[in-house]
Amino acid sequence: MTGDADIVLSIENVAVRFGGLLAISDMTFSVREGQIVGLIGPNGAGKTTAFNVITGFLRQANGEVLYRSTSLRGLKPHEIAKLGLVRTFQRTSVFQERSVFHNVLTALHCQGRSRLWDILLRTPREAASERALAEQASNILRFVGLTHRTDEPAGALPYGEQRLVGVALALAVKPSMLLLDEPVSGMNPAETARFIGLVEKIRDSGVTILLVEHDMKMVMGVCDNIVVLNYGRIIAEGPPAEIQKNPEVIRAYLGEGKKKRA
Amino acid sequence: MTRFTPWLFVAALATVPLWMNDYYYLHVLITTGIFIIAAMSLNLLLGYTGQLSLGHVAFFGIGAYTSALVSLGFKVHIAPDTVVSLSPKPVWFAILCAIVVTGIVGYSIGKLSFRVRGAYFVIVSISFAEVVRLVALNWLELTQGPMALNSIPALTLGFGDYTISFLRKPQFFYLMLVMAVVSYLIVARLVNSRAGRAMIALRENESLAMSVGIDVTRYLVLATVVSAAIAGMAGALYTHYIRIVDPNIFLFIYTVTMVIMVVTGGKGTLAGPIVGGVVFGIVPEVLRGMKIVPEVQWIVYGVLMIAIVYFLPEGIVPAVQRALASGRRAFAGLTILTESKAEEK
Amino acid sequence: MNQLLQHLLNAVILGGTYALLGIGLTLIFGIMRVVNFTHGELYAFGAYCMYALVMRLGFDFFASLLLAVALGALVGAVIELVLLSRLRRADIDTTMLVMIGAWIIMQNAEQLIWSGVALSITSPFPSNPLVLGPASVSWTRVYVFVVALLLIAGTYFLINRTKLGKAMRATFQDRDTAALMGIRIDRIHTATFAIGSSLAAAAGALLGPVFVVQPTMGDLAAAKAFAVVILGGMGSVPGATIGGFVLAFAEELGAGYISSGYRDAMGFVLIILILLVRPTGLFARKERIG
Repeated sequence: MTGDADIVLSIENVAVRFGGLLAISDMTFSVREGQIVGLIGPNGAGKTTAFNVITGFLRQANGEVLYRSTSLRGLKPHEIAKLGLVRTFQRTSVFQERSVFHNVLTALHCQGRSRLWDILLRTPREAASERALAEQASNILRFVGLTHRTDEPAGALPYGEQRLVGVALALAVKPSMLLLDEPVSGMNPAETARFIGLVEKIRDSGVTILLVEHDMKMVMGVCDNIVVLNYGRIIAEGPPAEIQKNPEVIRAYLGEGKKKRA
Repeated sequence: MTRFTPWLFVAALATVPLWMNDYYYLHVLITTGIFIIAAMSLNLLLGYTGQLSLGHVAFFGIGAYTSALVSLGFKVHIAPDTVVSLSPKPVWFAILCAIVVTGIVGYSIGKLSFRVRGAYFVIVSISFAEVVRLVALNWLELTQGPMALNSIPALTLGFGDYTISFLRKPQFFYLMLVMAVVSYLIVARLVNSRAGRAMIALRENESLAMSVGIDVTRYLVLATVVSAAIAGMAGALYTHYIRIVDPNIFLFIYTVTMVIMVVTGGKGTLAGPIVGGVVFGIVPEVLRGMKIVPEVQWIVYGVLMIAIVYFLPEGIVPAVQRALASGRRAFAGLTILTESKAEEK
Repeated sequence: MNQLLQHLLNAVILGGTYALLGIGLTLIFGIMRVVNFTHGELYAFGAYCMYALVMRLGFDFFASLLLAVALGALVGAVIELVLLSRLRRADIDTTMLVMIGAWIIMQNAEQLIWSGVALSITSPFPSNPLVLGPASVSWTRVYVFVVALLLIAGTYFLINRTKLGKAMRATFQDRDTAALMGIRIDRIHTATFAIGSSLAAAAGALLGPVFVVQPTMGDLAAAKAFAVVILGGMGSVPGATIGGFVLAFAEELGAGYISSGYRDAMGFVLIILILLVRPTGLFARKERIG
């Protein structure tokens, strides 16, 4: 059936120390090609920390993170991005002062190459390269549905649209796996529904997705598989239907010691 | 219209030596111009890449000393029995050496200094400049220390009968103008390119920049190298203009002057250092005309700097741009109003 | 050997004042995150106060010291209230530039008032040095050392045993939580800047009679203060104390055995080395995140 060759991201026994605390004690899960996986858990469970350690913003104290069988240990964030594993941010997900177009153009950094000589002499090669990038930027904006905001400063957009810009930035890096950090926070139901469509469109274009979210409806609706994190360890893993009925998960969200009605 | 205004400005400046007979004012323009070149280079690092490097005068001074030493020749004992010497070289070669050497220094400093960030980086940059100053002051064999290197030759270009000597002020003014335009173009092209976008990204949001694949260290170092090389070139120009150089060229107050020019003019804008340079090049002259002592002059600088930081925190150029933009909007609104009124009639 | 002893003794004496300078700055740097360019000017201010009080107005030497320290605190508080309080939420560049502006204004004001002539303050101590075996030290320097230690001890007491000190430590550790717990952050800032400035003024008032007083004396003092802060780690008072002595030893031994011209470079070289090898300083406990 599905062998290990199918696994895109593999987290094995990862532990992370953060500010003197053991934020993640023992995390193990994996994501397969073409899946949309949701990482959920109560507040403070360590979800964003997990993202940070996977993408190189934090060092793991223990364990291995493997992306397509390549160990990510010791790699810097920009190196990991170049491998195809790209993340978005929950807060400050855009370059606030710059226009949306300029944001995406900046994020297309890896799709260009420029030598100092070409830049300084404004050679035709450089001009052609810039035109190609501009075209790619327009395409990406069309893909996420932000063409009408092209020239506006990203920071001036409504919060929900800023999250879309964040996704556009990540797509510009041409990921083969996308890590979305609370992508629909601040979105109303209509925007959330549109976003789900976008996520599926991205998956259909061949990108594997791991997302962190609090919006349970969205998560249960769009994910193939769900991983539940609590107190720094995975307490459950499986399809949405199973997770919803899992007693440990329910307990984690509602808290221990809930008084039974007499 | 706006595309050509910079060139008009340059053309206007080019006429100055033709009508300005007072060599003193020409001298002020030349030294201000050289400082503006240095300020433009600082703007690349401080304004566009967002790094508070307060050791910039070190690059300026290293450029000055390198060019002076290469054009004068030198002989030093780096060990009791080992002598390193160089015979005097033509000035244009010395200036090129200055640019290259300063660029290499910028590269090394960049690679080392950016291991620390924030306030610590500020302190490292100041410390580096101070160490260089103390070396220039104490390594008498190489630099003559406080007794200065003098009789530095002026730049001459050409072959045989067709040589230009940039000794006198009018000729040097044109040299300065050309180098200023070249520096401006280098900075302008760099910041509007992919590399420039990476640098600006670093300034705006470093984590986000990393997440889209931008190698932070690489672009910080690139900004430092280009910035240093241009500052070194300015220093070399200065040394072949004044034709004497001493360790005072490394004083922190010169870094402060450049920082004031960049920040008050508008950091992260191309015109900022120029506007700032003009203000802080002209203001002391005005004050001198009013017979004000240097101390009061500096106090005025300090007050001005604080005032601009409080009231125009982005600098003069962005404030003017915003005023023009709202003026344009008001004008557009007015036009629509009058047009609709005309239609009603 | 005798030379070594003399150097060590000099270093110990000097270390006390460097520690004083450093502690003042590390408090400001640590709690307020401000690159305080006026620290050196407060040092000079302390020295000029002593000159004015002792030589011009004929005040008692020791009373003048207390007055200079108090005035230093006052000037510090004024700087904080007038310039910094409005910049609490500004970025580090802005604050830095304002501090540079203040430094320019203060130094040139001093130059204007007193002119650049080096002034000297006569100390009431006998001019015969105290001889300790093969080494000797002037009585004035002994006095400087003793007072510096007293002030350092006083600062420790303030930081660790008083309510204000507790509030300062809380603000340093976690500003937001401290604010939530009812600590008036703006008052803490003013107090911190005033205390730090008073320590700098104290160092200046103590060393004024030892060296000469001139307008640029603050620059070198500031540089050394920064070196001490970096050695000890930003915000660490024990670190600054030890750092002060480390710098003094490095300078004395470096000047004695390498070259006296590069003595002042020692501080800078140490800064660069430390920051490149161990960026958080020798003693800092606060971890860097990310």
